[in-house]
Amino acid sequence: MSLIKNNIIIRDSWNHLDDDTPLSAEGKVIVSLKRWQSERKLLMERQEPLGIRLKSAEGAEMISDDLAHFDLIALEFPIFKDGRSYSTARMLRERYHYKGELRAVGEVLRDQLQFMLRCGFDAFEYAGKTIPEEAISAFVEMDKFYQTVGDWGRT
Amino acid sequence: MYVYNLVDQSLVNQRVQQFRDQVRRRLSGELNEEEFKPLRLMNGLYLQLHAYMLRVAIPYGTLSSKQMRALAHIAVRYDKGYGHFTTRQNLQFNWPKLKETPDILADLADVQMHAFQTSGNCIRNVTADQYAGVAVEEIADPRITAEVVRQWSTLHPEFSFLPRKFKIAVTGSKRDRAAVRVHDIGLIIKINEAGEMGYEVIVGGGLGRTPIVGVTIREFLPQQCLLSYLESILRIYNQIGRRDNIYKARIKIVIHELGAKEFTRRVEKEWKTIRDTAIDLPVGEYERIRAFFAPLPYQSLPKNDAGFSHLKFENQDFSHWVRGNTLPHRQSGYSIANISLKPIGGIPGDASAKQMEVVADLAEKFSFGEIRVAHEQNLVLPHVKQTDLYSIWNTLKEHNLATPNLGLISDIIACPGMDYCSLATARSIPLAQDISNRFSNLRRQNDIGELSVNISGCINACGHHHVGHIGLLGVDRKGEEYYQVTIGGSADENASIGEIIGPAIPYDEVVDAIERVVETYVDLRAKNESFIDAYRRVGKQPFKENLYVTN
Amino acid sequence: METKVISANRLEDGIVVYITKDNNWSECISDAEVFNDEAACDEALSKAYTAEEACIVVGSYLVEIEQKGVYYNPTKYREFIRVIGPTVRPDLARQARS
Repeated sequence: MSLIKNNIIIRDSWNHLDDDTPLSAEGKVIVSLKRWQSERKLLMERQEPLGIRLKSAEGAEMISDDLAHFDLIALEFPIFKDGRSYSTARMLRERYHYKGELRAVGEVLRDQLQFMLRCGFDAFEYAGKTIPEEAISAFVEMDKFYQTVGDWGRT
Repeated sequence: MYVYNLVDQSLVNQRVQQFRDQVRRRLSGELNEEEFKPLRLMNGLYLQLHAYMLRVAIPYGTLSSKQMRALAHIAVRYDKGYGHFTTRQNLQFNWPKLKETPDILADLADVQMHAFQTSGNCIRNVTADQYAGVAVEEIADPRITAEVVRQWSTLHPEFSFLPRKFKIAVTGSKRDRAAVRVHDIGLIIKINEAGEMGYEVIVGGGLGRTPIVGVTIREFLPQQCLLSYLESILRIYNQIGRRDNIYKARIKIVIHELGAKEFTRRVEKEWKTIRDTAIDLPVGEYERIRAFFAPLPYQSLPKNDAGFSHLKFENQDFSHWVRGNTLPHRQSGYSIANISLKPIGGIPGDASAKQMEVVADLAEKFSFGEIRVAHEQNLVLPHVKQTDLYSIWNTLKEHNLATPNLGLISDIIACPGMDYCSLATARSIPLAQDISNRFSNLRRQNDIGELSVNISGCINACGHHHVGHIGLLGVDRKGEEYYQVTIGGSADENASIGEIIGPAIPYDEVVDAIERVVETYVDLRAKNESFIDAYRRVGKQPFKENLYVTN
Repeated sequence: METKVISANRLEDGIVVYITKDNNWSECISDAEVFNDEAACDEALSKAYTAEEACIVVGSYLVEIEQKGVYYNPTKYREFIRVIGPTVRPDLARQARS
């Protein structure tokens, strides 16, 4: 798995934590919505950065009151054709003004990267077959668009 | 007509380059078919029975002479010399080669055309009244709205992976020629008491497996709020539309399962939160687009020209064509001339490259270089002087384009069916040809009067069979082509879904059956009563009784 | 089993093709290798999938055929139309039986 952020490939310092993997005191972890709901207190007491992962059926309103607790929100694309997370991303950025890392996970392929970027994603767990360096060119294939979307204060 | 600015043009050019690279990656094996398919579909490229098929977008059915000539050129250079105009005002090429499609798209881009979103689970090419801007009874020109919707929906990042395809149609007339009630969203332009423009918003209509007339969720939406309202509808649909079953994925199912009231409540709630954001058009943008559709420099002409009347008197065939295929224009002394792509026994909607060139030339000479495509698969010269009709008719006649059958029984809507389409379960075209041949006598057709026969080769209903006065749906019965007959459908302002009137009948018996239905109508009609009115008066029973009688 | 051939569309132009005895693809069904037993059929189908991976064809599948005189014709009408071309454009008919 390669992580693309700010047009470069970087080493991922975060860990996706399964629901049944015990929580350790150290490390940056990404937990499911379910885990956040059931172990909220425990997770808040940790001094490490926290990320949350939403399935495509779990909308932005499920966490809109808790955004201050998250340094990272990962939105799933269980299959690239499932476009629900595009809506979730825009709502997090535009309605709830979330400023942290918004990461696309799951079937994240080259030809969807630009749509994701435009909806407010800024990190991508690239799942395509080609080398991620090549996939980065997808971000610059087009620079003219009609919609004013994903306007969340990027410069 | 709308003319691209630098942003429009470079967007289209960049998209061609992007697709060229996608095709390259497919041909080199970097992408497999499963990965490539959604990419090619988003550019209107299908793989059909015999070859690829490229569906070119003709936004709201408006074409210039130059664009029509480019289509003719593509038909000759890259295809087999013809194209097929569809029920969504688009044009399909049946034989393009994958490796040449980027070149075709580049040629289209040169004349400000593209194949964006003519397929795939995205917002499809927007359609509108083919008589926009020229119909006598029009309230406001729907092309401006349609162009706004075209731009907004093009490569929309949030709505490019919807649960299913999404179709939007716009009309600005009381007479609905755009079938707005059988679209995912239908917009009817209205003027309120304060004289402001807005829209009646109809949602959840559609054909296919679950045909249904849409419901009005808002009686009046102010014009400047259009895009935020559309985004609200699309966002709700994107989030809760079903993705587990392709047959239940259209927005009509959401509305059915949620109820129109609850759906409307959610849309309105969403809209309240986004209506004052940057989604709506900036001030002045609507006016900028409107300027492209300003009235043309028409001449001041008398309502009736003596020479024109004389020609009609002298030439009965010409007179028939004028009566059948032309309509009054808003501008005195001008007409709307319809060009039938339904010659007797012909392939509905097909046009040869030569015919395209002829129409392009006529439009350039007589119609301010403008052509329209009707969803009935015919063409229109929208601004023609009465005094030019005679020479137009003569030219059309030479090229088999002057059949005076608009709205008559031989003006059949038919999808390509199993002759071309990989989804079809039966053929549509030869049946249309047989029916057209059976009723070839134009006197008889005129006596029967307004009657639409719509044929689909499968349940997807591209031939709009549900909304034909008579509808035919091809089905496969143990390898044989059978057709289910529906009666009483209508796509206009009184939209209705046709009723199935009994078991499907085999191919060889369809034309006789249709003839019996028509004769039943002729026998029972009141004076000046159309087929659909007669059906609505008497119901299906008399038709049913006669449909299945065999001698 | 029923008598079968393997068909697909050629990737670069979409034209209908059939797998041949020498493991090639032909536009003519008369060149097609005819299968009467499952094992040979499966083996050929896996070759067809290899051809898909090699970007030669797309969408390979089995087509049931029957002997009509000296010719083999598909039993399904849809497949018959794939052999001859659109029935409404005889001018574009393929040389199906050449």
